[in-house]
This record gives sequence, C-alpha cells and structure tokens, in this order.
Amino acid sequence: MTEKIQLTNKVEAINWNRIQDDKDVEVWNRLVNNFWLPEKVPLSNDIQSWATLTEDEKLLTMRVFTGLTLLDTIQGTVGAVSLIPDAITPHEEAVYTNIAFMESVHAKSYSSIFSTLASTKEIDEAFRWSTENVNLQKKAQIIEGYYHGEDPLKRKIASTLLESFLFYSGFYLPMHWSSHAKLTNTADLIRLIIRDEAVHGYYIGYKFQKGLEGASEERKQELKDYTFELMYELYENEVQYTHDLYDPVGLAEDVKKFLHYNANKALMNLGYEAMFPSTVTDVSPAILAALSPNADENHDFFSGSGSSYVIGKAVNTEDEDWDF
Amino acid sequence: MSPTALADKQNAEAHESVNLTKSQLIYFSSVSENTKRFVDKLEMNAARIPVFATEPPLISAAPYVLLIPTYGGERGKHSIVPQIMKFLRYDENRVNLRGVIGAGNTNFGEYYCIAAKRIAQKCNVPVLYTFELMGTSEDVLKVKEGLETFWTPASPNWQER
Repeated sequence: MTEKIQLTNKVEAINWNRIQDDKDVEVWNRLVNNFWLPEKVPLSNDIQSWATLTEDEKLLTMRVFTGLTLLDTIQGTVGAVSLIPDAITPHEEAVYTNIAFMESVHAKSYSSIFSTLASTKEIDEAFRWSTENVNLQKKAQIIEGYYHGEDPLKRKIASTLLESFLFYSGFYLPMHWSSHAKLTNTADLIRLIIRDEAVHGYYIGYKFQKGLEGASEERKQELKDYTFELMYELYENEVQYTHDLYDPVGLAEDVKKFLHYNANKALMNLGYEAMFPSTVTDVSPAILAALSPNADENHDFFSGSGSSYVIGKAVNTEDEDWDF
Repeated sequence: MSPTALADKQNAEAHESVNLTKSQLIYFSSVSENTKRFVDKLEMNAARIPVFATEPPLISAAPYVLLIPTYGGERGKHSIVPQIMKFLRYDENRVNLRGVIGAGNTNFGEYYCIAAKRIAQKCNVPVLYTFELMGTSEDVLKVKEGLETFWTPASPNWQER
C-alpha cells in the first residue's frame, strides 16, 4: 500500500478546561465509566453449554463471531481512526481514540470466547472462512472504501451504519442462544459490546448532524440520498450474508426482522426517519427480551397493554433521593 | 429541601426570572435534539426544560406529562441528567406531574428508559409509553392519540393531587 496516511494537520495541547461541545465530555465520561475487559466475564461457565450445541450450531457460532471480529478490527484500526482528522474539537479527537481502543477490546474479546470454547483447529478454520466468504468480504470492502474516501461526512455515515446496523446480523445469534438459556456468559459479554456500539453510533451520528449544520440544501440532499443508497447496498448484502449463515438452522427470516429493526435505529442516529415499517420489524419477543429484559413490557399505558399501575400520592423529593 | 435546591429556588424567585408554563407536555432534549424531533412530530403545545443553566427555570402551572430521554446509562448511574433533576426540585413540577414518557435505546438492556422509570416511581405516576431514539411514525401516532385520551375534559388526570 503506497497510500498516503491522512493525519490531523495541526495538533494543539488539548485543554479539557475549555470545552466547545459539552457532548464530548458527556460521551467521554460515559465511555470511560462503561470500560470493561473480556477477562471480567466468566466465559468458562459456558463450556458445558457449548457441548450441547450441534455441529452445525457450533460452526454457525464460530463464523458469526469471526465476522464480528472482522468488523470490530476494521472499526478499531481504520474506521474510528479515519474520523480523527475531521474532528471539529480536540475533545472529539480524544473520544475517537477511546472508541478505536474499545473496538480493539471488542475484537479481542471474540478471541477470548474462541479460546475458551473451541479448539485451535476450529478457530483457524473459522478465520479462514472469514477471508473466503464473499458477502462478509464485500461488506468489509464497501465500508473500507468509504473510510478511504475524501468526504468526511460520508465517512461518518459509513461509520454510523457499521456501528448501528452491520453488527446486528451477528449479534442476533448470542441473543438467540441466551433466550434458550445457552452460552449465557457469552451473551453477557456481547451485551456489553452492544451497549458500547449504541454510544458510538449515537455520538458519531450526532457529529454527522453537527457537520450538516450550515450546509446548503443541495449538500444536505446529496448526503441524505447517499445515506439511503449506502443503506440499500449494505442491506442487500446483509440479506445474502444472513441466508448464508442462518439458512442451515432456519433462523434467517427472524434475523432479517432484527436487521430491519436496527437499520431503522441506525438511520435515526443520523437524524433520518425510520425506513422499515413495523410489519417487518417485529423481532421475536424472546430476542428483544434477551436484549433488554424490561423492554418487552413495552410500557404502553395508553393502550392498556402495559403493566398495571396504581397511582399513589406524590412524595416530597429531597436532593439526596435523586442520588440514585 | 437541600441548600443547593433552596438556593436555586430563592435565586429564581428573587430574580423573578422563572418561565411559567401551562403546557400539558414538558420535555427535555439535549443539543443532539433526538427527543425534540419526536415532540415536533406530535404537533402539540410543549415546553422544553432549559438545556443551559443561564436560561430561566421552567415552572409548571398546570397538570402535565413529562417526556424525557435516557442517554447511554453507566450501569444505571447518572441516568437522570442534572437539568431534569433541577427541574424536578421545584415542588410545583412534582405536584403537577401526571405521567412520564421515556425515550431510549434497548441496547442499554435492563437500563432501557431507566430515567423515565425512576422518575415515575419516585413521583408515583405511571410510565405512559417508551420509544427508541427519535421514535417511529407509529410511536408518534400512539403517543398523540394516547395523550388526547389522557387529557379528555372529564379525565381525573386534571384533578389536584
């Protein structure tokens, strides 16, 4: 590769006592307080459970996790780093370095899962598969292409779609196992990754919207069109990838609903309206419950389907009561 | 009332620079404005809790529903942002509260919409609805219709508590 490396032109000492955008500090603090390492998750408790999976199920799981490893590697070594030169504030640069490092932690954590559950031979075979699977490679190439491109806002779009959409064909599987009380510690680890990706997607999407402020109507339209075109391109490939992986175990249709559901959230992170109607985003309740145990209640008091509630009397609130 | 809350209140009263509202919907939205986008789509009269400390505090003068986001929780800590805490320290804002609507992201697992749930529990009012990010068109419709029913003239929600 003879490509010239893009770096920030001018670096000044970062002053955290002079903040231009409070979001930078808020997100930095959240990321720091959410910091974790795979060594803290007792993955070895899943060894017995792993033994109950069929050979097809094991193969699927290994492949899903190598696919996720590839995406996290791209995001850690290219994606988040490529955003640094276009940062508006020095604190934004610092947040990207945090995001880049966490993506490397995520990538490494799949190797922790592998070394706990599988043999070296199985691991090597899964990594070989990841270099040979056409749809996985295509997904990587599409995203990498935009990271090497010239347009800083397009890089943010590609990055947000990766963080908030492309991971989910993979994330589905550990949620599925968890809902069947299998590989539950692995699922706990994946939930930490899912939580991190939400903060990353929110932040990069927010910075994209800041970048749009003051742009001409033509430019705004160009970026909106671009976002939806890229989403369609990635979506078509994701559907193929999903069939490749999940057809042997008969889960592809439900995975696609999960893709639609997360595609909507990715678009919302960029400030655009959801694209898929609720008729195709109705993910199986077991998967949603595995993702967010309390979300299944859905708190729809209006339609009377939420949990029953008795209204009591208002209590005086003291300051310390709010220190939860 | 704690010294800081009392100081906030006295300060506000001394300067008479409070912003009184009779809106039936009060919301918070940070500079990212996801929640504001949802509120705009409701096409209802709504008051926004000040984002910056330099703005006059918002005081409710009539029963209302609170609509607030939960940002990426730190294992459930710091889920209620300081601006919302400050707003709820005014007695009027707790007495007039009739229900809470939460915006959030299921990626935060058990802490999904935790700020809305905690406020509802603390103030003994129901969580009326939860939705993700800036909400889908279906969420908008459900909340719009739900609030219209919630505030029908005969509704007990108007009564003093």
